[in-house]
Amino acid sequence: MPTLFAVVTISFFLIRFAPGGPFSLERPLPPQIMENMIRAYRLDLPLWRQYLDYLWNVAHGDFGPSYIYRDFSVGQLMMQSLPYSLQLGTYALILAVLGGVAAGVVAALRQNGIVDYLVMSVATVGVTVPNFVVGPVLSLVFAVLLSWLPAGGWGDGSARFLLLPTIALALPQLAVFARLTRGSMIEALRADHIRTARAYGLSRRAVVVTHAMRGALLPIVSYLAPCAAALLTGSVVIEEIFGIPGVGRYFVQGALNRDYTLVMGTVVLIAVFIVVLNLVVDILYAQLDPRIRHD
Amino acid sequence: MTHPPRRLVSAALLSAALLLSAGSAGAEVVLHRGNGGEPQTLDQAHTSIDVEANVLKDLYEGLTIYDAAGKIIPGAAESWTVSDDGTVYTFKIRDAAKWSNGEPVTAEDFVFSFRRVEDPKEAAGYANLLYPLKNAEAINTKGMAIDQLGAKAVDAKTLELTLERPTPYLLELLAHQSALPVNKASVEKNGADFVKPGTMISNGAFKLTENVANDHITAVKNENYWDAASVKLDKVIFYPLEDQAAAVRRFQAGELDVNYYFPTDQTDYLRQQLGDQVHMTPSLASYYYTFDTRTEPFNDVRVRKALAMAIDRDFLSEEVFQGGQLPLYSAVPPGIASYGEPEKVSYAETDQLDREDEAKRLLKEAGYGEGGKPLKIDIRYNTNANHEKVATAVADNWKALGATVTLTNLDVKSHYAYLQEGGAYGAARCGWTADYADAESFLGLNISTNKTFNYAHWKNEKYDALMAQSYAETDQAKRAALLHEAEKILLAEEPVTSLMIYASPWLVSSKVKGWQDNAVNDHLSKFLSKE
Repeated sequence: MPTLFAVVTISFFLIRFAPGGPFSLERPLPPQIMENMIRAYRLDLPLWRQYLDYLWNVAHGDFGPSYIYRDFSVGQLMMQSLPYSLQLGTYALILAVLGGVAAGVVAALRQNGIVDYLVMSVATVGVTVPNFVVGPVLSLVFAVLLSWLPAGGWGDGSARFLLLPTIALALPQLAVFARLTRGSMIEALRADHIRTARAYGLSRRAVVVTHAMRGALLPIVSYLAPCAAALLTGSVVIEEIFGIPGVGRYFVQGALNRDYTLVMGTVVLIAVFIVVLNLVVDILYAQLDPRIRHD
Repeated sequence: MTHPPRRLVSAALLSAALLLSAGSAGAEVVLHRGNGGEPQTLDQAHTSIDVEANVLKDLYEGLTIYDAAGKIIPGAAESWTVSDDGTVYTFKIRDAAKWSNGEPVTAEDFVFSFRRVEDPKEAAGYANLLYPLKNAEAINTKGMAIDQLGAKAVDAKTLELTLERPTPYLLELLAHQSALPVNKASVEKNGADFVKPGTMISNGAFKLTENVANDHITAVKNENYWDAASVKLDKVIFYPLEDQAAAVRRFQAGELDVNYYFPTDQTDYLRQQLGDQVHMTPSLASYYYTFDTRTEPFNDVRVRKALAMAIDRDFLSEEVFQGGQLPLYSAVPPGIASYGEPEKVSYAETDQLDREDEAKRLLKEAGYGEGGKPLKIDIRYNTNANHEKVATAVADNWKALGATVTLTNLDVKSHYAYLQEGGAYGAARCGWTADYADAESFLGLNISTNKTFNYAHWKNEKYDALMAQSYAETDQAKRAALLHEAEKILLAEEPVTSLMIYASPWLVSSKVKGWQDNAVNDHLSKFLSKE
């Protein structure tokens, strides 16, 4: 709560310092019309008053009207777009975690082998090639050239439409997970208790899955929170490239358009996600590592 | 494991085949329109941008509309008469004009709609578009009673508009999306929610059924539209595609039939790929640079002229925009019927090298350049890859004259806010799109009393006087002559200098019929069909 309050307060005042306002356009409004609009949106009140009003409204679940998307309130925009982002983000998260962890484990077990080098080169590419390159390339190859999948749009929300954006969104995170897993797995395999387990004659599979993995998962789980928050709250790049009506673009558009309420809405949303997910990760952590539980 | 009975399978196959054949016989004709961006509203009192116009003009019909070729024709009004002094227009609304709920479209609906736009409580951003209506400005800004507006319902189907002064471009104004009617009963009942699908009642060729922000807007054929018999599409789906490259891919993949906007620096490539499906239409929009005439050196006309003539517009058009924008040597773009051929700057036909020599001579005369005072210029533009390329090219042209040039860019809002708030600058990039096809839309920007748009802070009494006269002139030919005189002064003084005209970039599938390129850039779906 104090974190959220601080985030709201700081961003409320920060966005107001940006030059221009929601109604300054490429072709500006005559001053008296501007006055009408400013009055209609109560932007003529002193800033402290607007701030208190905003806090009061947010506390009552009202994020106010969007200044730019007039036909929707900020709440409606969020409610309309969040399910798309959550769905796509969940798929991408699953793909990134499962794919990344699997690739990382395989690479660690074949350390310095051909498979390892292959996985790590792909992972390096995945981290370094931005998704505004990966997205269009996927779309160009699979939609325009091969005509296998749609080039964009949410369509009916079926796998055909979601496959390419999911891959493009997951790829950089998948690469991060692969690298993280490989590193911590190699370290875990060298740990004393693993050598002991092997010495007791446990099978390789049992050692890897039940003993090494558990220790190796810790850094992965701690990366899970920021990663999930990023994937679930949408990516403006992927949304623009694939025409996904998600929530990510509102953060960027809101800021560029000086849509104060929309920016605040997205800031609060992302902050809530990060706070909640961090809490979840703390709980998971305690489950995985008994030392933390006893502290 | 059991198998389904054979008979059941064949019955299922048969019915599936029947369904398919029925589907193709009466196949729904759907037009998929890529629409270049998310509309900010579908409320005619608050609309301001082209991607909203594209949707709104399919949903609603104003008194006048632009046909496929961009010519004004009767819309909801079937005819009109104009008083001798040009200040009273009487419109006869079609008997057959109906709302999508079957109720008749009345003069009262239009009176209500125009009052709503001028009501200061509604705070309409484009209220000034209808300021030619009697008392509109006073109502909107000075608190005059709203029933004083010069719009009167003589009877259910007769609308009388009284104007402040003769407005030769009134019929063009009425085709703007701000002048579209709203259904009085629906707005009174639903308030701001009247724009929602399921609630919206419209009088155009199509009616709204779905609106998912940043995904799609669906409009289906309005059976109650007076001209429904000639509407060939059953459904139009608009996609708000901001990423132009992504929109092109979707067009190439056959997912879009029409798409507004593509990256103009790829025009050549797209022409190779898509042939005649690529459309580049010169529009009524100019790309220009303004000089801060308040201070040295830009208060000297010789400096302004030298800099203006040194800009290589052909290079900008061909190399930066690949023909997506065309060189412009006038203050008013061509293509306005009532104005005819615009005036041109003196150097329009001169070779670029000769222009450079002349520019150096002018600068020397003004005391700048080699051996004179140093010439330092800061070019401001709003952040955008193309504007940056233009600014860089212009800077090169000016450096060749011996100037030191720096570049400053801000995001679009900050850029214009800076200019409007009177910030000091050297040269700055601006764009202007006409709201109505009339020369005044461009020439009015530089009247010295135009506090908002006269970024150059230029004041020329003769120019101001000619413009003032033009507003009072009812004779079309005389008025055009006055405006031509004004344009000559503007081009001789060059407080602003035009670089290019925007072309409207459209992709139109060869399956789409009825499409015509036009400068007003209106393309109502009711004129389109699909093979």
